[in-house]
Formats: sequence, structure tokens, C-alpha cells
Amino acid sequence: MSASSSMQGHTVPASGMDNTIESPGQRAPLVLGTGDFHTVTKQVCRVPEHTSVPMAWYIAFGVSLMLLGALGVAVNYLIFTGVGVWGLNNPVMWAFDITNFVFWVGIGHAGTLISAILFLFRQKWRTGINRFAEAMTIFAVICAGLFPGIHVGRVWFAYWLFPIPNQMEMWPQFRSPLLWDVFAVSTYFTVSLVFWYIGLIPDLATLRDRAKGTIQQFAYGLFALGWRGSARHWHRYEVAYLLLAALATPLVLSVHSVVSFDFAVSQLPGWHTTIFPPYFVAGAIFSGFAMVVTLAVPARELFGLKDLITMRHLDNMNKVILVTGCMVGYAYSMEFFIAWYSGAPYEQFAFINRAFGQYWWAYWIMVSCNVITPQLFWFKRVRTSIPAMFVLSLFVNVGMWFERYVIIVSSLANDFLPTSWDEFIPTWVDIATMLGAFGLFGVLFLLFCRYLPMIAIAEVKSVMPEANPHWEGYAKGRGHQNHGDHGGAPAGAAPAFQDPRPGQP
Amino acid sequence: MTTFATPSSTTAPASTETSVAQTWGLVARFANPAELMQAAEAVRKSGYRYWDCHSPFPIHGIDHAMGISRTILPVVVFGAGAAGCTLGFLLQSFTNSFDFSIWAMVWVTGYPFLISGKPLLSFPAFVPVMFELTILLSALSAAFGMLAFNQLPELYHPLLKHPGFGRATDDRFFISIEARDPQFLRSKTGEFLKSLGASSVEVVES
Repeated sequence: MSASSSMQGHTVPASGMDNTIESPGQRAPLVLGTGDFHTVTKQVCRVPEHTSVPMAWYIAFGVSLMLLGALGVAVNYLIFTGVGVWGLNNPVMWAFDITNFVFWVGIGHAGTLISAILFLFRQKWRTGINRFAEAMTIFAVICAGLFPGIHVGRVWFAYWLFPIPNQMEMWPQFRSPLLWDVFAVSTYFTVSLVFWYIGLIPDLATLRDRAKGTIQQFAYGLFALGWRGSARHWHRYEVAYLLLAALATPLVLSVHSVVSFDFAVSQLPGWHTTIFPPYFVAGAIFSGFAMVVTLAVPARELFGLKDLITMRHLDNMNKVILVTGCMVGYAYSMEFFIAWYSGAPYEQFAFINRAFGQYWWAYWIMVSCNVITPQLFWFKRVRTSIPAMFVLSLFVNVGMWFERYVIIVSSLANDFLPTSWDEFIPTWVDIATMLGAFGLFGVLFLLFCRYLPMIAIAEVKSVMPEANPHWEGYAKGRGHQNHGDHGGAPAGAAPAFQDPRPGQP
Repeated sequence: MTTFATPSSTTAPASTETSVAQTWGLVARFANPAELMQAAEAVRKSGYRYWDCHSPFPIHGIDHAMGISRTILPVVVFGAGAAGCTLGFLLQSFTNSFDFSIWAMVWVTGYPFLISGKPLLSFPAFVPVMFELTILLSALSAAFGMLAFNQLPELYHPLLKHPGFGRATDDRFFISIEARDPQFLRSKTGEFLKSLGASSVEVVES
């Protein structure tokens, strides 16, 4: 029995209704098909609690495992043989490795944007998608972290990146953007993990309290840390969550800025541009949102979450893709303008060569997928069509991978001295590592879908109208006293409440 | 589980009860957030000290209704952030700008790197790492500070083994009053909770 189902005058938003219609004076419902907290719990917990999952999950998991195996082979071959197994040459000394690194870090950014920035802007629709977008962030940063780790060649010296006191009296060189990157990405991973876990605690408690088996009770119980929904706990929890959101917001903007410094601080034409930090951040959010759509569309179909990840959520995400796609398009054209305006012949050559030189095909794949096809999202028909948005989001993923490839490889391949010009041709190890990273991501993400709540249960409940103690459905007979935190209370009229319990910080 | 019955021994305080299991307190169930909030205000006004509300999600305004004073967590986080920023500067200037030795588990000596003629103490180049360490330490202190102030992890708690209380993380709303509260009288407190509109009041054994 639910608290709200007995309330009069309340119409439950119908399952599968179109909540993308903008009706002034009325908020579009974010949870469909129920006015009941228990139904939300059941819907989300169904996947972790069931012993059988859809066949599609097993197929996807099998494919991901195979790709992960390919990654293992490729990485081990690289470590035992050396970076010569990649197609790198002089002058193209960075190619697939750093392309993949920047691609995966960028994917992660949408998760933090959804969890932190949209939280600060009070965008309540984020609650439907923030949990798995954050999970996507963490797994994407794991994939990203692999590439700088293995591209150093002698992997066993990777610890030299960290300022560890040692008998060699060696220190990292802190004036290098590559070292800023080490700190930015490792901080980003740590903070994203903490943010995600803090958000998970109440939902792990829900799973613990519903668990039938001993193993589940123990595992969920251990990680739920004894959470019991106490209002005194919730108070500090909400403050901590707000602080984490406020800290993650500048962090996420800084991380891709620092990644762009890897290029912008160098002297190479095509890299040495001041537009890089904002351009990289916009591109990161663009690609990340596309990845969220790519993952959300099959997940909501397979696991029956269409009433929680509604068409309005997807519509909103497609709008973000459209906006950030336009920003990226603006950055592409502004790069050309500045190359012309600078009057520097090397700079002008780098950009003309990028569009019409030996990597013209990569450049135009990038422009088509990132600037041209997302314009279809101006049409609501396209924004609310599942097949259209899935295909377009895949295009964006491809286009953003090529963006990094174009920036890195086309700038390096044709450098200052024409005698040293060369072409990068990937080897099978390059390709296996790139595809294998998708396998690593897929394995982690599918395990997350299987064993953890894919949707933030407590947060979704808190944006339902029934969660508001002043909701009209509850206002029958008994008036509710003013509790001092609403605009109507005269200043000073609220009693000076004190927590009477001793020693409670 | 003992369902609270109508009073028979109205004057016996909890400490003198001779039941087999010790009474931890009472837990009362309310229908929805609105009723929980009204009841919470009434419990606060009647002067109870060791009591709590339990809900599956944070309820806006319940901390005011309960009279919870604002946590000092932001101050702790600010301190940690300032420490991270300072640490970032000291780490980089020590390792890259000077050559004196300090003891950090082993004796370590800084190395004044001369990179493309930049000053040894090049503050602008140190800003990104200072910023990242500021964020890192403040975020970790926000998360672990919240858990510490909440006295979590607390894997054993009498409420957690109380049957039916598991729905507090699903769709039910509870108020618990602990037996150690000076005002706690098992029967009187139970009557009081009933009078607030609780649909059930149950004894929680410790």
C-alpha cells in the first residue's frame, strides 16, 4: 500500500505518456506510471534482484569479454615488446594512444556534468540518469587512465609520475602540463568515485533491506555502511552532496582544460591555440552526452525503465547534444579564422592541410558527425525518435574520436620540415587496443547494470510530487505549521531551533 | 517485536522493566512525509532529545521541524581545501625550486629544475596542481567528514534488525524515540506517538 494512492484529486501520470510537451504553468512529470514510492523501488531493484537477466545482456557481456581479452593480448604484447609494435613513427609520436585517452576522458565529462552541474542548477530531471552517467564516468576514466600508463613504453617506471620520495633523489617536473594531467585525471577519478559512492549508499541500504539471500545481505549491507534513513544523517548527507557537487563542477571544467594544455602549451601549429580549453570542455560534454544516450536507449528498453528514464530525459539530452555540437562547430570555424587572422604561415598551413591534406577524410568525418548530423536535433520528431537519436549518438561518438585523431595526428604528421613528413598507419596492436578499451568499458558497465541500482532510487523519489510534505494531496484538514524556512515566515518569527543532543557536530 | 498495547503499567519507567530483552526505544510509523513532519514538530516541542525520523529520501524542511542545527561540515571542508592548496604549493616549490633537505620518512632533497629559463619558483605553473589538490582534499573531507559526523559505518544497530523497519529505505516513514531519553516512559511515549497519528507503535529491543 502506498501513502499516496489513497489521496483524492491526484491523477497519476500514465505510463508511457508523452511528457515532452511544454505546458506553461504546469510541471511535466518526471516519473510516469505511478504515484507510489514502492513501485519506483521495485522497478529499479528488479534487475539486481533477479537471477535471470535478458539474453541481450549475456550477448553484450560475451562480446565485451572477448574485446577485453583482445585488450589483454595487445597490452601484454606491447609491454613485453615495446612501443614499436604500434604504428608510431617520427614525427607521429602520439596517435591512437593519446586519441583514445582524450576520447575516454571526454566521455566521462557528461557524467559529472549531469551529477554536479545540473544538480547545482536544480535540474530535477537529472535524477533519472545521473547514477549510470556517473558510473559511465568512472569506467571511462579507468579506460582513459590505461593509455598514458602504457604509452610510456617502460611501464614499470610509471610510478616516476608521482612525487614519491626515493633514493634516486628524483622528482617529477611540475612545470610540465603532462604532470598536471597526472594530478587532474587522478583527482577526477577519485572525486568521481567518492561522489558516486556517496550517492549509492541510501540505495545500497534499500537493496540490503530487500535482499533475500545471505550473500546479498552481507555484500549490500557492508557497503551500505548501516544507513537507516535517519533525518539527522540525511541532513549532513545533503550538505556533503551539495559540497561535492560544488567541488566537482570546477574540477570537471579543469580536467579537460588541463588535458587540452597537453597540446596548447606546446609550440606545434595546430596545437598551440588559446581556444583549446573551452573547446575541449564543450567537446567532452558533447561526446559524453552522446555516450549517455547510446547507453540509456538500450538500457531503458531492456530493463523496463521507460517510466523513470522518460522521453523527456532523452529529449533534454538531445538538446544538450545539439547545443554543445554547435559550440564545437563554432570552435572548428574559429580555429580557421584565427589561423588566417594570425598571419602565421605555419599556422595557416596546419589548418588548410588538416581539411585538404592527407587526413582530409578524417577531418570531414569529424565535421559531418559533429556539426552537420546533430543539426537534425532541431526537429522534435528526431529528438523524440528512439532509432534516430541512437544512430545520431553513435555518429557523435565516431566524430569525437576522429576529432582527437585529427588534432593529434594531422598536426604531427606534417611538421615544420617537409623532409620529415610521414603518415601514421595503425598496426593490429593499435586497433586491438582501441577496440579492447570498449570491451573493458563494456564489461564494467554491464556488471554495474547487473548488480547495482542503475537509477538513483532515493533521488528519484525525492523529485516526485508526493515527496513534498506540502503537496496538495496531503493538505486535507490539518494545517501545517510554518517551519521557518519558507519565504512567508516573518524574519525573527522562527524559533531559534537548537539541536538539544550533546556532542553533535 | 512487541506491538504496543494500551497502557496497563502506565507509571513503570523503561529502566525498571524486567523484560528479557532490553528496550532500545519505540518506533512509530507514519503514512506520508506530511504526517511525519507534523509529528516531528510535535515531538520536538514536547522536549524529547534522543529521537530521530527515518525516511527513504531526504524530506525538505524536516531538519527545521526537528530542530537540527546546521552541521559544521562546510567549515571542515574549507579547512581541508586550504590545507590541500598549501600542500600543493609546498610540494611543488620544495621539489622543483630549492635544494634543501627535509625528513619525510626518508631524507629527501629538492632539485631546482631550470626549465627553458623560467624562474625557479614559477608560481603560475604550480597553479593547476595546487587547484587539483585543493579539490581532492576538500572532496575527500566532505565525504569522510559526513560519514564520521553520522557515525557511519555502523553495521549493527537495533533498528536494523527490527522487523518491518526495512521499509524505511523503501516507502515508509518512521519516528524513533530512544529509551535513554530522560523523558522516555514506554507507555507514555507510546501513547504520545499514537496521539500524533502513528499507524503503529512498536517496541524495539536492543
